[in-house]
Amino acid sequence: MSTIARTWALVVKDARSELRTRYAMNALVMFVITSVATILFAMREDQASPELLAGMYWVVVFFSSMSGLSRIFVSEEEKGTALALQLIASPKVVYVGKLLFNCGLTLLLTLAVTVLYLIVFPGFVVASFDIFAVTWLLGSLGLASAATIIAAIIARANTRGTLYPVLSFPVLIPLLMTVMRSTIRALAGESFENAFGEFQVLFSYLLVMTGGSYLLFEHVWKD
Amino acid sequence: MRIVKVLSIILITFVLIAGIAIPLAPAPQGLFEFPIIPGLEDKARNIFYHVPIAWTTVLAFLVSMWYGYRYLRTRSIDDDLKSVSSAGLGFMLCILATVTGSLWAKFNWGSFWNWDPRETSIFVLLLIYGAYFALRSALASDEARARLSAVYAIIAGLTVPFFIFVLPRMVAGLHPGAKGDVDGSGPVLEFKMAPNMRVVFFSSLIGFTLFYIWLLTLRIRAARLEHHVADQHS
Amino acid sequence: MNGIRLQVTDLRRDFNRRPVFQGISFALDAPGSLAVTGLNGAGKSTLIKVLAGAIGPTTGTVAYQRAGVPIEIDALRHELGFVSPYLNLYDEFSAEENLRLLSRIRSGNEPASVTIERRMKQVNLWNRRHDDVGTFSSGMKQRLKYAFALLHEPTVLMLDEPTSNLDAEGIAVVEAIVAEQKERGILIVATNDESEAAWCTARVHLSGSGGNKR
Ligand SMILES: Nc1ncnc2c1ncn2[C@@H]1O[C@H](COP(=O)(O)OP(=O)(O)OP(=O)(O)O)[C@@H](O)[C@H]1O
Ligand SMILES: [Mg+2]
Repeated sequence: MSTIARTWALVVKDARSELRTRYAMNALVMFVITSVATILFAMREDQASPELLAGMYWVVVFFSSMSGLSRIFVSEEEKGTALALQLIASPKVVYVGKLLFNCGLTLLLTLAVTVLYLIVFPGFVVASFDIFAVTWLLGSLGLASAATIIAAIIARANTRGTLYPVLSFPVLIPLLMTVMRSTIRALAGESFENAFGEFQVLFSYLLVMTGGSYLLFEHVWKD
Repeated sequence: MRIVKVLSIILITFVLIAGIAIPLAPAPQGLFEFPIIPGLEDKARNIFYHVPIAWTTVLAFLVSMWYGYRYLRTRSIDDDLKSVSSAGLGFMLCILATVTGSLWAKFNWGSFWNWDPRETSIFVLLLIYGAYFALRSALASDEARARLSAVYAIIAGLTVPFFIFVLPRMVAGLHPGAKGDVDGSGPVLEFKMAPNMRVVFFSSLIGFTLFYIWLLTLRIRAARLEHHVADQHS
Repeated sequence: MNGIRLQVTDLRRDFNRRPVFQGISFALDAPGSLAVTGLNGAGKSTLIKVLAGAIGPTTGTVAYQRAGVPIEIDALRHELGFVSPYLNLYDEFSAEENLRLLSRIRSGNEPASVTIERRMKQVNLWNRRHDDVGTFSSGMKQRLKYAFALLHEPTVLMLDEPTSNLDAEGIAVVEAIVAEQKERGILIVATNDESEAAWCTARVHLSGSGGNKR
C-alpha cells in the first residue's frame, strides 16, 4: 500500500516538475511539429499511400520520443538530485515511478501525433478503430518501457543526446516493425482478428522489456 | 588451448579446400562430388562460410551477454574483460557475416540488400554491437562502463528472440529455409544437403567455433596484460 | 535507547580498478559518533556514500542492525539523514514543496505541518518557505538540506563537509544539531577540518592511497 503511495508521489513530483519547467513537453511538441512539417514539405501535393503514412507516423513518434523521454533521468543527473532520490527511494519505486511518467508522456505524444495526422493527411483514415486503439496503447507502452531503461543508462554517460537514439533504435526495431504492420491493418480497415499476431508480439515485447528492466534497474541506478 | 588452436586450424583449412575444390555434379558419385542444387549451383558453397560465421556472431553475443550478467553478480572486472573481448570478436564476425551474406545475396537475389528477416536481424545485431561500443566509450569510469554496458547487452539480448522466432514468421523471407521459400529458390538445410556437404558444413561450424574460442582466450589474455601494464604506469 | 549498530567489514571501493579505500572495518553503536578524515581526494565522500547505501562497495559489507536484527536497506531509508554539498534538492520547487514532496516519496505521506515549521524555523528559512530553491543562495540551500535531513528524525545522520557555505549563525545551528544527534543515535561526519572532526569520539582516517596500497 505504502509502496503504491510512494511510487505515486514520485510520479506527482515528476509531473509537477514537468509542468513547471516544460522541459520534455516543449521538446516533444516542437519535434512533432517540425517533423510533420518536414514530411509535408517533402510530399507537397502527392497523396501518400496508407503504408507510407503508417510508417511515417511511427518515424515521427520514434524521433520525437527520442527528444523528450530521456529527460526523466537526465534532468535528475544534471541537477544533481539523483543522490537525494537514491537516499529516499528504493530502486524499484524509482523505476516504476519513472516508467509510469514516461508511459503517460508517450500516450499523450502518440495521441497528439494521431490528431495531427488526421488533420493534415487526408489519406490517414483510421478505418479499423479497434486495431488502431490497441496498437496505440500497446505500442506507446512498449516504446515507453524501452525508452525508460535506455534513458536511465544514458543519463550516466557523457554524450547523452546522440547516444539516446543510437542505443534505443536497435532495441525498438521489433516493436517498430510490428506497430507499423498493425497500423497498416488499421488504415486498411481489416477486421480485428487479423491483427492478433501483432498484438501478441507487442504484448510480449512490453512484458519482456518491462520485466527485464525492473530486474536490471538497480544495477543502472546504483553506482 | 593448444588442442583448440590446432583443431580449428585443421578444420578451417579442410573446409577452405574441400568447400571450394570439390566439384559439382548433376548425379554425384562417391565422396568427392557435391550435388547441384537447383537455383544455387556454385553459390551453395557460401553455406560453408557464411552460416558458421553468422552462428559464431550470435554465439559471441550470447557469451558477451553471459559475462555481462556475471559481472553484475560478481562485480569482478575480469568478467567485464571477457564480456568486451567477446563483443569485439562478435563485432568483427558480424561484419564478416554481413559481407559474405550480402555478396551472396547480390548473386542469388540480385541485390546486396533485400531486408529479408535474417538480413534485418544481422543488421540489428550490427547496430547493437555498434551501440554497445558507443556506450562504452561515453562512460568515464571502468566500473560504470562495465556495469552499464552489461545491462545494455542484456536489454538488447531480450529482443533477440523476437528476431529469431517472431519476425521470420511474420515477414515472408528470401532466406533458404524461411517461410515462403519455394522449391528452387534455396535449399532447406536438412533436406537437400548431401552427406558429404554436411561433413564439410559441420566441420566448418566446429572449426569456426573453436577458432572463436581460441581468439577469445587470446584477446582476454591480451586485455588482462594491457590492464596490468596500465596499472603499473599510473 | 534505540540501540542501532553499524558494522563495517573489510570495505573496499574501486574507481577505475584502483581502490579509493580498502580494508576498512569498524563498528559503531548508538549513541555514538565517527569522524571520517583525510586529504582532498582521500575518499571521504566515497566512503560516506557507501555507508549511506547510495553507492555499492566493490567488496566488503555495510550492515545496520538493531538488537542483533539486521535492518534492510529499504527500512534504513526511514532512519537515515544525509547532508552534503553535492546532494541537491529540486530548484523548480519551493523550499516547503521540496520537503513535502520528498517526504511523500520516502514514506508515502507528508510530515505534520508543525514538524515542517519547526525544522524550517530551526534553520531560519521559515519566512522564505514559499520561494523556489533555485533562487536560494548556496548557504540557504545548505540550510534547507539540514531541514530535509532531519525531517523524519533520523537515527543515523551523515554529514559531508557539514559547514560548507554556512555563516557563523548557521554553524551554530549545525553544532546544536550535532550535539543532539550524538546523544540520540549515530552521527558520521566526513571532513578535513580538525575542529569538525573533534565533534566525534571515534575516527577513521583515510590515507588517500587506497589503504595499505603503496
Ligand atoms: N564517480 C567517480 N568516478 C571516478 N572517480 C571517482 C568518482 N568519485 C570519486 N572518484 C575518485 O575517488 C577518489 C576519492 O574521491 P572523494 O570524493 O571520495 O574524495 P574526498 O575525500 O571526499 O575529497 P574532498 O576532500 O575533496 O571532498 C578521488 O581520487 C576521485 O577522483
Ligand atoms: Mg568529499
